Amino acid sequence: EGPLQVSAALREGRVGAVELCQRCLARVRGTGFLNAYISVAEAAALRQAEEAEKRYRRGQPLGILDGIPVAVKDNFNTAGIETTCASNMLKGYISPYNATVVQKLLDQGAVLLGKTNLDEFAMGSGSTDGVFGPVRNPWSYSRQYKEKNPPKSHSENEDSEWVIAGGSSGGSAAAVSSFTCFAALGSDTGGSTRNPAAHCGVVGLKPTYGLISRHGLIPLVNSMDVPGILTRCVDDAAVVLGLLAGHDPKDSTTIQDTFKPFELPDSIDIRKLCIGIPKEYQVPGLSSEIQALWSKVADLFKDAGAKVIEVSLPHTPYSIVCYHVLCTAEVASNMARFDGLEYGHRADMKQSTESMYAATRREGFNDVVRGRILAGNYFLLKENYENYFVKAQKVRRLIANDFVKVFGSAVDILLTPTTLSDAAPYVEFIKEDNRTRSAQDDILTQAANMAGLPAISVPAALSKRGLPLGLQFIGRSFQEKQLLSVAKWFEKQVKFPAIQLEDMKRHDCSVLQHQKSVSSL
Amino acid sequence: ERVPAAVLEHLERLALVAFGDAEGVRRLREAVRFAERLRHVDTDGVEPMDSVLEDRCLYLREDDVTEGNCTKELLKNAREKIEEYFVAPPGNIPLPKLEERETFEQQS
Repeated sequence: EGPLQVSAALREGRVGAVELCQRCLARVRGTGFLNAYISVAEAAALRQAEEAEKRYRRGQPLGILDGIPVAVKDNFNTAGIETTCASNMLKGYISPYNATVVQKLLDQGAVLLGKTNLDEFAMGSGSTDGVFGPVRNPWSYSRQYKEKNPPKSHSENEDSEWVIAGGSSGGSAAAVSSFTCFAALGSDTGGSTRNPAAHCGVVGLKPTYGLISRHGLIPLVNSMDVPGILTRCVDDAAVVLGLLAGHDPKDSTTIQDTFKPFELPDSIDIRKLCIGIPKEYQVPGLSSEIQALWSKVADLFKDAGAKVIEVSLPHTPYSIVCYHVLCTAEVASNMARFDGLEYGHRADMKQSTESMYAATRREGFNDVVRGRILAGNYFLLKENYENYFVKAQKVRRLIANDFVKVFGSAVDILLTPTTLSDAAPYVEFIKEDNRTRSAQDDILTQAANMAGLPAISVPAALSKRGLPLGLQFIGRSFQEKQLLSVAKWFEKQVKFPAIQLEDMKRHDCSVLQHQKSVSSL
Repeated sequence: ERVPAAVLEHLERLALVAFGDAEGVRRLREAVRFAERLRHVDTDGVEPMDSVLEDRCLYLREDDVTEGNCTKELLKNAREKIEEYFVAPPGNIPLPKLEERETFEQQS
């Protein structure tokens, strides 16, 4: 169930906002072993729910989201609630303000349950590299997965087979997927909303760059970051988008055009559509399952009367390298603000300003973050600037132009896989280092960030292992209505199965409190 | 290709982040090697792209004060402060050379 249906239930008095909030909070507690949440704002959420209930009784709800429990990734500033970015650098940091998107949700009466877990500073594709430990994919505990992966022996630890949630917005995806909330905010810089959406069997929308305000979203790559929306169905994503999109004077990278919220049509004329299949997305690491699914879905559109053609985005093979340079360069700049002086962690070093900064940053950042800062600074050195940073900016234009050409040739929507395969078991995933993993996993998603285009991952089928597989649609700039309409049509055709979560209580062992170190598993 | 020790030291000073160990240096080498692939792309005559919104104008807002006066809130998050000042250790003192530098040179 999503906000639309629950909203109706709230309006008709079939359920009260407070009861709804309590049920969701109980569910958050019951799914604690997933480690999807870093902070749960129980008292504040109940207060918000009480206010919402009063408004419903007066017959004056603020809108569709009034009284609806939501969760927010922990890299968005939330006033009065700790914002950590899953890093020691911001442990204990209580923001004095709400990010614009958070404020918009609250102004609509949404009930903020808490902040979700992520890779430290949103760097990663597994939600495994944060200081509060990894996020577990709820599907690890589904009947569908367990049937295909019976434990090999009674003595084997049942918990060793769990799979990753994807990243870096894994907590948000897991929170939505496990029914703790009806919608969640993530962020997307290279695929961080779409990747976990695909792995957790939920809808993950990356809006066009410039559509939704980034004010209050702790920045990673200013020219690519966007807030992402995670929901259980495409209609819900459209609802949330409608409430968040639009110019924000506090974010000068939001466009000034007036945004008109839209409802998605129940049916569209597929015969008028031209779907492009980019051949360069047929990358070597793509699992045969996903290949087959991609083909099958292309045929689905063709059989429904759409024009389905192969297209070429020739610079795709360079997008990961380009992203690597631009991302580390912008990260080097953005992470410079963390020096211990005004907020966040501060080392006990009093010799000099520089040594205090250096110690603070050594203590506050994990290896991944430090590695990217150093690499970024390298690419920005005077002797390297032209050959690496500016070069990457030129390649970025070539990548963006590839899309312009394809969309200019009457292609409406591109259809691609979202991930290379279904979710990997955690024990397998951590064998490779973060950069290698990100480079592999981001391949299908990050070109959309380069070009600023809207993209959405929709659950498409279950894999042989009983885990979700998602497919991605990429649309034209600011054409979210068309993109979501096609995604909704597709969603209807597919009828993706609901997750069958078994009794939660057995798994809620006290061993799995918030882990402070990633390596403890 | 080795990254010269002088560059490593320079980077540490610029970034105020230590490599930490040989692993950190290796990570940088890998990152640089990976980035080399950009050389293969022909970018003759291509302008660098700063922003996907480059076709639009940046706009100015009215020069009116619309918010502020939040000194107390902002100071709340600082560990060391005196009255309305953030307190920093003495500046103009360069980072000391680390003894570990010699080991980096040997291992990288």
